[in-house]
Formats: sequence, structure tokens, C-alpha cells
Amino acid sequence: MDIELITNILFATIRTGTPLILIALGEMVCEKSGVLNLGQEGMVLMGAVLGFAASVITGNLGLGLVASVIAGMFMSLLFGFLAISLVANQVATGLALTIFGTGLSAFIGASYVGVGIEGIQAWTIPLLSDIPVIGKIFFSHDPLVYLSWVLFGLVFWVFKSTRLGLTIRSVGENPEAANAIGMSVFKVRYGAVMFGGAMAGLAGGYLSLAYTPLWSEGMSAGRGWIALALVVFASWKAERIMLGAYLFGAASIMHLVLQGLGFEASPNLLAMLPYVATILVLVVLANDAIKAKLSTPLALGQPYRPQL
Amino acid sequence: MIFKLEKRPSDSKAMAYLSPVLAVLLTLISGAIVFASLGHDPLGSLYVFFLQPLEDLYGWTELGIKVAPLLLCAMGLMLCFKAQVWNIGAEGQFILGGLGGGFLALQLGDVESYWVLPAVLLFGSLCGLAWAALAAWLKTRFSANEILTTIMLNYIALYFLYYGVHGPLKDPDGFNFPESALFSDFAMLPVIFEDYRLTISILFALFAVAVIWTFMSRAMLGFQINVLGQDPSAASFAGFKDKKLVWLVLLICGALAGLAGVSEVTGPVGQLNPYIAPGYGYAAIIIVFLGRMHPGGIVIASMLLALTYMGGEMVQMDLTLPKSITGLFQGMLLFYLLACDLLISYRIVRDRPVQTKSSSNQQETAQA
Repeated sequence: MDIELITNILFATIRTGTPLILIALGEMVCEKSGVLNLGQEGMVLMGAVLGFAASVITGNLGLGLVASVIAGMFMSLLFGFLAISLVANQVATGLALTIFGTGLSAFIGASYVGVGIEGIQAWTIPLLSDIPVIGKIFFSHDPLVYLSWVLFGLVFWVFKSTRLGLTIRSVGENPEAANAIGMSVFKVRYGAVMFGGAMAGLAGGYLSLAYTPLWSEGMSAGRGWIALALVVFASWKAERIMLGAYLFGAASIMHLVLQGLGFEASPNLLAMLPYVATILVLVVLANDAIKAKLSTPLALGQPYRPQL
Repeated sequence: MIFKLEKRPSDSKAMAYLSPVLAVLLTLISGAIVFASLGHDPLGSLYVFFLQPLEDLYGWTELGIKVAPLLLCAMGLMLCFKAQVWNIGAEGQFILGGLGGGFLALQLGDVESYWVLPAVLLFGSLCGLAWAALAAWLKTRFSANEILTTIMLNYIALYFLYYGVHGPLKDPDGFNFPESALFSDFAMLPVIFEDYRLTISILFALFAVAVIWTFMSRAMLGFQINVLGQDPSAASFAGFKDKKLVWLVLLICGALAGLAGVSEVTGPVGQLNPYIAPGYGYAAIIIVFLGRMHPGGIVIASMLLALTYMGGEMVQMDLTLPKSITGLFQGMLLFYLLACDLLISYRIVRDRPVQTKSSSNQQETAQA
């Protein structure tokens, strides 16, 4: 393998890992507050289709991204209303959100299938991108890749050393106690759910505006679900989400690697790899059941009704 | 808030049956709004979607074609959900059934024997069963979350199908289209009425309903599944092996969904192509909830969901709206159902500012 091939593979790994980072960071924050939102896939799809539609209509990719984020947040509000305000079962509501988002996005996007746009272009960072190899791998991406790093830093910092991070965690560990010392469980949980929605919407926008600038039905291809497994794999730690997302990114572009090595393999069989990897991760985690249990937010998935 | 939710002293039985009706009504109203906002006559469009498909015998037989796979998948999922096994994998099990059965049908393409069809059906069901067995093994051996594993298995199954129809199972004389050759007549399910497409798969589905209905109400195992779902700790006190039940419900579901898949390819489809699974496995989830996890309710609900598929095709033809409106209606239906289901254990009351009731009542509300 020559150096150029390795460079290309690592470059593609970062691109492929980016949507997973965005979704998983959002879901992690959401789960830290005690809410399990299985509707990621639906929110990503809605972000993708509305971002694409808004870009086509306005001709402005920035507005498209804004639309993606708003679409994700709107979907998460729908989830929040049912699962937080109306204390509906979080698993069923999340599933419903995915089914609804898949259907609605296909309906909205039907007239955009086959429409092409000029996607979000790379911003090569001056000077840094001139460094051989490293410059190409890390500093010649589109702006959303850099944004994913900024957002990672933000989430990491919030949970490492801010009061907000502590508040979110305590609401997810023990909502009754958090409420007793004057925190608003509802507000924190709504905030966390909407942050998750915004991130999933942004990931959708990344897919339809930057990664492959087009809309096709179900284009998120299970990334929302993979990200859910990723959060468990990362035991709710932002830095491990980065690592995991890039590992999954690498698994998704195995066909590039094998082609580079001169192997012929069916693209359809190789496309299974990220899903197989997800199952393997779940199996490996079984050996670490105690550790996983310790890092799970205690009140995860349990609805909360305040006492008056 | 002017209104608030208050816990009912006990769950409302009436609401449990009313909730699906309410959800359907709300979906119809929302559907009318969607049609109106797209510039179509709302009532006329609803007529095209929900009633026009059933105007003649042909429509009813077409409904049966879609009810059969939905019902088979939903009956299997009902067992799973009752046992608190959140199997989302009927779609993958359906695909594997179709792929496996289709594979055998193609291998036996030159065999002129009446044994071909039973062999194909059996092999398809076994493939679906094997796919579900994978999920059961992952859950019981590694306690891997079955929601995630079954969804991953759905995607893997889909890529297996793509691999088959783009690769080894592609019709050599098919002008490079990603589809297999047509199956021989000996591998095709017989139709019930001449000149209509409805096959005996609807009889398989009704048979499955009858067997499972009896099984759930009479057999000890059915009772165990019910108890496990309602109170896992009581089940373990009574000495029920919950791992055994996890295997049982998943294997039954896999076999039924597999049968649905193979009946689809040996029925209305007649070959393998990338589109053999129009989301029946996911729609079946909605059916189980809408049908109140009861065989009778599930029969009615699967007719309604089958109708959403036909309605989608109708509005595509008549109103040139995208067929994917089917998914929109299905998603809305599930959402409204979840919201209405809250009224089973809660009621809406006027919020009075001052409330000095005994706190034990409030405690109960908080526990919910």
C-alpha cells in the first residue's frame, strides 16, 4: 500500500465518521439526561430531506443546513412532547418517530429524487493543509467536519467542567433528587432532547448537502441506529464516541481499502460490514456487562412525573 | 396549563378499545389536511385513498394479497411483544424467507414435480427462522439488545438480497437487470380464484391466526408468554424459563415472517428482485399495537394497513401524488395511537390552582 492510498483511506474515514459523530454526540447528551430517543434515524432523514429541499429552493447551502437543524429539532420536540410531557413509553415513541420520519421524508423528497446540487465544498485550511499527508487527511475537509470537532470539544468541555454538564447528569441519574434541589427536570430533558434533534438534523444535512449532495429515500442507511450502539460502545464518553465513529467510518469504506489492495469483492457484501461490526460491538460489550451497567445513566428510559 | 393529566384509579378498558379508533380518526383528519394543503379536494382524496381500492372484487382480492404477509408477520411479532421481546426484525426475516425460498425455486427450475412448492415454502420459512435464531442467540447468549441487533440484521438481509440479484441469482438472459429468472409454475402458489392474483397465502395467514389464537388462550405456553410479558419477576418465581420463551417466540416469528416472504416471491412477485419487501415487517409493528396485541384486533388492523398500501398506489395513479404517502399515513397512525393510549391510564382534567388532596394519590401519579 502506498502512502497516497493510506492518505485517501484516512481522509475518507474521517468524512464517513462525521455523521456518526454528530448523531452519537447528540444522542449521548440526550441519554445523559435520562431520555432514550430511538428516533435518530427519523430525525436524520428529516434533516437530510428538508436541508436538501431548502438548498434547492433558496440556492443557499447555509440556509439548507439551518433547515436541517430546525427539522431535527422539530422532530425531537414531537418526541419530547409524547415521551416527556405525556410520559409515553420512550422505546415505542422513538420507534414511532423513526417510522414517521422515514415516511414523511420519503413523501416530501419524492419530487427531489434525481435533482443535483453543487454540494458544500472543502475548506482547505491555509498553511496546515500544506503539511504533507497530515494536511490532506485532517485539514482539507468541508466545514462540517471541522464543526464536528468543535462540537465534540464543546460537549466534552460541558461534561468535564461545567455546571450545565453536572445538571444534565444529575437529571439523568436521579430526577427526583435533581428536582428536590430545584432543577427543572422537564426543561433539562427538553433541552437535551432538542440538542439531540439538532445534531441528528445537522448530520442529515451533512449527508444530503456535503457527503453525497443528493436526496434518496432512506439515505441515512441505518446510521441513526449505528450511532445508538456507538453511544453504548463509548460508555457515554465523548472521546470514545470520536474513536468509535472513526472505527465505524473505516468499516464503511472497506471497499476502498480492498480495491486499493487489488481485491475484487462484491460491494453489496462489503456494505454489510458496518452492520456486522455493530452486532460484534454489542457482543463484545456483553463481556463487559458490569462496566456498561455502571456507566449507564441510572434513570435512562424512565419517564418522570413531578410530584406537586 | 389549563388541563392536566391525572392518573385513573384503574386502567380504562373502554379507552383501550377506543384509542385505536380515535387514532384512525385523527389520522384521517390529518390526512385530509395534508391533501388540502397539496391543493387536492380533501374528502375526495380520502375517498380515493381508503374507499376506491375496495369498490370491486378485484380490489378485495388485492387487499388479501397484502393482508396475508402483514398478518403472518404481525402474528409472530405479537408473540414477541407479549413476551417483551422487541423484535423489529420481521422485515429481515421476511427478506431471508423470500431469498431462501427463491434460491431453492431457481435451483429446482427444471424439476417438474408437485413437491417443488412445499419444499420451497418450507425452506423459505426455515431461512426466516434461522435469521430470527441469530437474534435469539445474540440476546440469550450475549444479552445484546434485540432492537439494535434485529435492525442490523434487517440491513444485512437486504444487502444479501442485493448481492443475490446483482450476482449469483441474476437472470443470465435478463439484459443485466438486477432480477432473477421467473420461477417455474411448479414453484408458484396456486391462486384461489381464476383471473385474480390472490393466492392461498391468505389461508396460511388465517390458519396461523387460528392456531395462535387457540394457543394463547388454551395452552400453558401461551399463558407463560402472557405472564412473562406482564410481570417478568412473577414469571421467574413460577419457574418459567424466560430464555426458552425468548427462543420460542423469536423462532415462531421468524418462521412466520419467512413464510410471508417466500409466499410473496412465489405469489404476486414470481421472481427475486430488489423490491420484494415493501416494508411489511415494519408495518406489522404498527399492526400489533393498533390491534391491541390481540389476534382479532390484528386481523382488522392488518386490513387497514394493507389498505394504506393500496391507497398509496391509488393516489399515485389518480392524483399523481408520491406513493410514499403510505409511509406518512402509517407513521401518523402510530404516533396518534401512542398519544391516545395515554388516555387508557390517564384522564384529562381541568387544572385547579389549589389542590390539597391527600398526597398518597399524588404519589401514585408520580410513580407512573
